[in-house]
Amino acid sequence: MTVLVGYVPNSFGEAALSAAVAEAARRQERLLVVNMSRDDVLADAHRAADDQLARVRRDLGELGVEAEVRRVEEGSDAAEALLEVATEVDASVLVIGLRHRTPVGKLLLGSNAQRLLLEASCPVLAVKPV
Amino acid sequence: MDNLNHLLQGFGDVLTPMNLLIALTGVVVGTAVGVLPGIGPAMTVALLLPITYGLEPTTALILFAGIFYGGMYGGSTTSILLNTPGESASVVTAIEGNKMAKGGRAAQALATAAIGSFIAGTIGTVLIVLVMPQIVKFAVTLGAPEYFAIILVAFVGVSAVLGASRIRGLASLLIGLSIGVVGIDFVTGQQRLTFGIPQLADGIDVVVVAVGLFAVGEGLWVAAHLRRKAGEVIPVGQPWMGRQDWKRSWPAWLRGTAFGFPFGAIPAGGAEIPTFLSYMTEKKLSKHPEEFGKGAIEGVAGPEAANNASAAGTLVPMLALGLPTNATAAIMLAALQGYGIEPGPLLLTNEPKLVWALIASLFIGNTLLLVLNLPLAPTWAKLLRIPRPYLYAGILFFAAMGAYAVNGSPFDLYLLLGLGVLGFVIRRFGLPVLPLIVGVILEPLAEKKGRQSLQLSGGDLSGLLGGPVAWIAYAIVVAVLIWPLLAKLRGTSGGDDDHHHAGTKSEVAA
Repeated sequence: MTVLVGYVPNSFGEAALSAAVAEAARRQERLLVVNMSRDDVLADAHRAADDQLARVRRDLGELGVEAEVRRVEEGSDAAEALLEVATEVDASVLVIGLRHRTPVGKLLLGSNAQRLLLEASCPVLAVKPV
Repeated sequence: MDNLNHLLQGFGDVLTPMNLLIALTGVVVGTAVGVLPGIGPAMTVALLLPITYGLEPTTALILFAGIFYGGMYGGSTTSILLNTPGESASVVTAIEGNKMAKGGRAAQALATAAIGSFIAGTIGTVLIVLVMPQIVKFAVTLGAPEYFAIILVAFVGVSAVLGASRIRGLASLLIGLSIGVVGIDFVTGQQRLTFGIPQLADGIDVVVVAVGLFAVGEGLWVAAHLRRKAGEVIPVGQPWMGRQDWKRSWPAWLRGTAFGFPFGAIPAGGAEIPTFLSYMTEKKLSKHPEEFGKGAIEGVAGPEAANNASAAGTLVPMLALGLPTNATAAIMLAALQGYGIEPGPLLLTNEPKLVWALIASLFIGNTLLLVLNLPLAPTWAKLLRIPRPYLYAGILFFAAMGAYAVNGSPFDLYLLLGLGVLGFVIRRFGLPVLPLIVGVILEPLAEKKGRQSLQLSGGDLSGLLGGPVAWIAYAIVVAVLIWPLLAKLRGTSGGDDDHHHAGTKSEVAA
């Protein structure tokens, strides 16, 4: 079993990552960090640069967590990509960062967090940055 | 001094709230499309052509001029932040600009590009004011044979001098000329290449050709290559420059302008050669040669200035002779024809208000661009996050609407799709788009002048030779065409082609 965390290079992603590390230690399971980068845009703010992913790897190594860092680069839907990975590794819990979106914002842009909460077959831990 | 008075008059015409609003719209739209790779000012002007038929010609030209200059600014933003040149003239900027951005100097790179573009654009526009009327004076004395010869120079220039391959350029020109002859022969009244289809008897509208090639062709091309890895946006603060940056940028801006303008102004110029020459010069003259390849500010300042100065230079042959040397100018020319205004040496005499208002709007647009781009460059970079499917769906919608609006006939939509497929195919095989569109637009003029010359001489081919101007023009054409053969015979070929390769990829997109 695996703790799966969706990582984005901002405060939400960092919050999710910290919570996931604690969760992996508590459950004594391995950690899988996934960064999703859309392939239908020219620049994706949610794409973590190679050196950012390297830093995450190094930090996790220093913490002594058994972890894998993966980047998904196909598709245009982060929620779907995460759900696919969750099924693939049979995740025991999915950790995501939760950002505030107004009702209008949700209507226009949708909410990946909401979709993950509703569609994931495993428990979802939604974290807010402090 | 007369020109100065006309120019002031032009400023008077432009400085109305409505025209200023139009100029602002133009530069905003221009910057936006310049930022997005694959969507250039040429495509945008083509898409807007049918919409602007309801406007005054002056107003429409102010809009197009804003888009034209704006595209140059926007292209550098993408080059610097993403290493993806938005248009072919920004290819060289990406070399040093992206390195600077990666080294944490994105703000300085954006600043030197924007200020350099402003300075070069302004100097270039001043040079238009000084040079263009002189060329017009010379041009009105030209007879039909001379004019025909100069058009041939432009044809050979855009197809054989620019771009990676002469064969591809000439093939593209030939396709363009073939599309241009479709319709009724204006001398004999015979139908040419109409295949018995009545709708083709009027010829193929330039709007449909331009929209089909640029918008539908690009749309199909992107659809076939939709998936690719997203880039990372380099975070950037407010663009600014230190004292040292100013000191190193100044001479580069001026030298870049000196390279760019003449290349833009000759009927075979383009922006790729001067930007590259400027880059090489800066590399040679720099006091910090070790920084080149790692992010030298001169390598951004020079080519960006050359790029904008050449854009200004392009307007000289367009306004003085009616000869376009880049795709956007070609479509602006088509717009003039759409208003029933005949471009050519008589344009300045017949429509002085229009010409001077256009030039005045260039000064204003350039200033607006500096104001818009210096503080807002990071905001523009956010446009790159728009998913491509949304973007191209919108473009195809506008393309179809525009093509239908020209004549209100469904036949044009089939034609649009056919030309879109042609646009896709020429991208697939690396044929440049510019010779094709120049061929379509200039074919009727070339044919008219050529046949006039022949009529004057009673069908004798010597009638095409005309006077000394025509002889020089033919000599240039022959020289350009047989140069590769000579170079091959002397065994010195190969070295010359190196710098073209950098432009090849983006040329397809432009």
